Amino acid sequence: MEIAAIFLPLLGAFIAGFFGRLIGDRGAQIVTCAGVLTAAVLSVLLFTEIGFGGHEAARTIHLFTWIDSGTFEVSWSLRIDTLTAVMLVVVNGVSAMVHVYSVGYMSHDPSKARFMAYLSLFTFMMLMLVTADNLLQMFFGWEGVGVASYLLINFWYEKKSANDASMKAFLVNRVGDFGFALGIMAVFVIFGSVQFDTIFAQAASKADATFNFLGFQVHALTCACLLLFVGAMGKSAQLGLHTWLPDAMEGPTPVSALIHAATMVTAGVFMLARMSPVFEYAPVALEVVTVLGALTAFVAATIGLTQFDIKRVIAYSTMSQLGYMFFAIGVGAYPAAVFHLMTHAFFKALLFLGAGSVIHAMSDEQDMRNMGGIWKQIPVTYVMMWIGNLALAGIPIFAGFYSKDMILEVAFAKHTGIGNFAFWMGIAAAFMTAFYSWRLLIMTFHGKPRASEKVMAHVHESPLVMLAPLFVLATGAVLAGIVAKDWFVGHELAEFWSGSIFMLAGEHGTIIDAAHHVPGWVPYAPLVAGLTGIALAYVFYMFAPGLPAAFVGTFKAIHAFVFRKYMFDELYNALFVRPAMKLGFGLWKVGDVAIIDGLGPDGAAKVTRGLSVVASRLQSGYVYHYAFVMVIGVVALAGWFFLAR
Amino acid sequence: MADVPILSLTTFLPLVGALFILLIRGEEQNVARNAKSVALWTSIITFVVSLFILTGFDPSNPGFQLVEEVQWLPAFNIAYIKGIDGVSVWFVLASTLLTPICVVASWDAVEKRVKEFMIALLVLETMLVGMFTALDFVLFYFFFEGVLLPMFLMIGIWGGPNRVYASYKFFIYTFVGSVLMLLAILAMYLTAGTMDMRVMVDYPFSSNMQIWLWLAFFIAFAVKTPIWPAHTWLPFAHVEAPTAGSVMLAGVMLKMGGYGLIRANIQMLPEASFYFQNLVFVMSIGAIIYTSLVALAQSDMKKMIAYSSVAHMGYVSMGIFTMNQQGLDGAMFQMLSHTFVSAALFLCIGVAYNRLHTREMAAYGGMAKNMPRYAVVFAIFMFASVGLPGTSGFVGEFLTMLGAFEANTWVGLFSATGLVLGAAYMLLLFRKLFFGKLDKPEVKAMQDLNWKEVSFFAPLVAIVIIMGVYPASFQNVYNPTLEKILADHQASLRSAGLIEAQPTQTAHVTQETASTAAQGQPVADKASEN
Repeated sequence: MEIAAIFLPLLGAFIAGFFGRLIGDRGAQIVTCAGVLTAAVLSVLLFTEIGFGGHEAARTIHLFTWIDSGTFEVSWSLRIDTLTAVMLVVVNGVSAMVHVYSVGYMSHDPSKARFMAYLSLFTFMMLMLVTADNLLQMFFGWEGVGVASYLLINFWYEKKSANDASMKAFLVNRVGDFGFALGIMAVFVIFGSVQFDTIFAQAASKADATFNFLGFQVHALTCACLLLFVGAMGKSAQLGLHTWLPDAMEGPTPVSALIHAATMVTAGVFMLARMSPVFEYAPVALEVVTVLGALTAFVAATIGLTQFDIKRVIAYSTMSQLGYMFFAIGVGAYPAAVFHLMTHAFFKALLFLGAGSVIHAMSDEQDMRNMGGIWKQIPVTYVMMWIGNLALAGIPIFAGFYSKDMILEVAFAKHTGIGNFAFWMGIAAAFMTAFYSWRLLIMTFHGKPRASEKVMAHVHESPLVMLAPLFVLATGAVLAGIVAKDWFVGHELAEFWSGSIFMLAGEHGTIIDAAHHVPGWVPYAPLVAGLTGIALAYVFYMFAPGLPAAFVGTFKAIHAFVFRKYMFDELYNALFVRPAMKLGFGLWKVGDVAIIDGLGPDGAAKVTRGLSVVASRLQSGYVYHYAFVMVIGVVALAGWFFLAR
Repeated sequence: MADVPILSLTTFLPLVGALFILLIRGEEQNVARNAKSVALWTSIITFVVSLFILTGFDPSNPGFQLVEEVQWLPAFNIAYIKGIDGVSVWFVLASTLLTPICVVASWDAVEKRVKEFMIALLVLETMLVGMFTALDFVLFYFFFEGVLLPMFLMIGIWGGPNRVYASYKFFIYTFVGSVLMLLAILAMYLTAGTMDMRVMVDYPFSSNMQIWLWLAFFIAFAVKTPIWPAHTWLPFAHVEAPTAGSVMLAGVMLKMGGYGLIRANIQMLPEASFYFQNLVFVMSIGAIIYTSLVALAQSDMKKMIAYSSVAHMGYVSMGIFTMNQQGLDGAMFQMLSHTFVSAALFLCIGVAYNRLHTREMAAYGGMAKNMPRYAVVFAIFMFASVGLPGTSGFVGEFLTMLGAFEANTWVGLFSATGLVLGAAYMLLLFRKLFFGKLDKPEVKAMQDLNWKEVSFFAPLVAIVIIMGVYPASFQNVYNPTLEKILADHQASLRSAGLIEAQPTQTAHVTQETASTAAQGQPVADKASEN
């Protein structure tokens, strides 16, 4: 059953990719959808079995040896425990919905088989990532999803912007992988293995170990964890390595929903949760994670306030929500982070697919300034977007409320300066989240139509094949929080996770226990912030439409800075991209051609040629030249003979 | 099978084929066609024969196997000795596999002097196989130099417009190295009194002498590998060489350097290898970072791949001199992987070049649309070159980095930058060739891969994927040998007093107290309290 749940998408990708022309577009769609839907059903069965089956249900299936080099031994295996089971449901579930949705969304595209094959390939790679029982297999999935993401962002490969975005995504992720790879090596040096069980068993005993890194004697686990976190930063678009995520919106919208919202970008969160037994003994690393997560949540939200592209707004919102998950991990509340990961997968995929439905209706228009006044034409999509935004803003009953509240409570319950910093950043971000979500709703659906008449005449509700997945995801966005909260972060937490996540317990129990004892106002703070944000958005965009422009006019410099995404792209281009190209050219022309060749073979050839010219000049043919040289020679020899004696 | 001199058979079969081709007479077209088919059949038969080497080879035995020994100049202790061990066996097979592929790849690409070209190709194969199987230094030197001649001719006669400069540069560079190696061999012969390499491996040369011998060998092999900064012949040789020449050059000839470094420098001169370790690290890192950046600046696609070869071979030299299991294993694997990946990439470039006769990337664009099969094949090898897990490129790269990290974290750190730089230039290349609008009429007219091209790409794709998913099958063949090499190496270092009596294995972790960790409690244990 596990094998089917994981390898069916690969089979689908293989058939659709290599025999797409043979079986036709319809065939490819049927094969891939059937594969992933079956896998999704199996995942739910696995989830119920593992999640409620207690300790014994978790298992590892060994497939075969991968790399075997002395003490470095790695196998292909499938590790199925609660954490994996949660991810299986999220990945296969969202992927199945996106597959079905894509049948409708891509109906006008000429290469449907290729698209479906890429989607299924991505799903398989993601499954390999979450079922890994060692760091190296996780790295395989990690890089694999990177490639799938590269291919999908660049799906419309004739567009230059798509080419740029895909390369950027791959390279920025590679910078993260640079850290991840070094982290794996550090783990191997520390623990002598990269297999999870072996690592976890030793983690406590290595808590005070040090090792030599770059000539410094450093705390071993902190060093390894920070390196791994660099990898997570790349994949999960944390501040500093986030620049690829907004650009990745060049890909078709279903891709954004699956890869750049629900699954791949959460891989970093998953990795940290999986490595929780090690991170728990690296408190400094956790503090770094908290600070960066909190900053990401805040900064991304501010950028989200200013953008006009509907997909980019949601992309920055994703980045901001990932920041929440990271600071939850930073304060040690891994279950809360995974809980938010799960609820976020539902409502963010819903938002993206809803946005896709809007874009579909508006004849591929993505700029919200050219939308407005369409809610009556596409009422179903409108309702779906409302549900998604309510969940995102953290309104009670909806999924996001429970997970976001939990995260803010644990941050507060940490009772450290950094924890408080994260808490207030989170509250601020919650306010901004609500604001830009309703800004998006109002600008897109309300007010006067701003699109051309031709576009407006063509506005239509999407077909059922696109709406049905929205219904499923909307159900999740409403119910996932209230149903699952007891298992993920409530009373049944210990039984549910059954050891797949590890938390150090302090005097008052784990951080999750502590979160249940925060002051009464803390749980209401995010709600208040959210409602204020929503109210303010109505004031700004519905009741006083002149206000945004006036506001921007007052804070021109700040707005420009935020609108240009804090100038990260400009900075990186000036700091890394252009110098690398220049350096490459310089090393080639100066290093290779002028120095190495000039002093080496070409130089030697030139010297030889020069000498031969000189030598040939000696052969002038005049006897008196020769006689002169001879006399000089005799004199010199005789002189040396006498003087040396 | 025991009585058949299988190694000599594999070595000289291509030469027999070459003799047959020499005898072909008649009209030019017929001669060309017959020469091609004789070459193809000879190389295929040679490959099949070489498979028996693998069946006859016992991986668990770390010593030399299938040894053939014939007295040659007994008065001087010089003999005809052939044999293989785990280090050489895959290179023999790689040579015999790539030769038929090269014959097919040059089927239509080579138009003039077809007969002579095929002879050169077969002679090259003989020299390569001979080199990897030789166990007597005279024989080794003979074949090592012998490789130069057919390659020199291939570049000089069938090369591009700047072929004369390229072939001379190639010749001068490698010849300087070889002369130094000859001197070193003579010095070793005068000391040890034999040319038998099996004896040399165990012979304890004095520390002082090792330094000089090591330098001489190193220069010879550094030019071949090539290790930065002795690499500048390679881009020119590749750019001017015909596709088959590039394939053999990148695929097998560069591995002569790595093979030599293991066989001569590590096995015969352990103390000097230890002494020069940091020098090699610096040069390897130089290769990885410097040449990757230079590759980024290229507009000629063949030159870019040539520079990428230098960067990838940087991992090999780095891995060899980490002198630990992962590093050496990784270096071997990286060499094997590079054999197939770089060969395939040069073949890929040959496909485009045969159709449009230019190597400028800017002349192409948008080929993903009209040549989807070509795009898929190219993409697979691009990702293998980038070191994507699941392809052969990853295993070697990662293991060498791991070995380097264990030896010295700085080296590990710098070598890992190759992850980013390597991806940068390959993606740039792929993008310029395959993405963007298909608006150039001459590119639009290009045909997708034909069955001949598919026939030689298919086995390469299969090998690259199998090596990536199940590398253990390849590693098992050579790992016992490597373990013995390392053990011998450590033993000689220990007896020379260069390292402590107990070899420090991987972890340099120092343990202080392990008690503080006790408060830790898995989530499950909390359950009982609730």
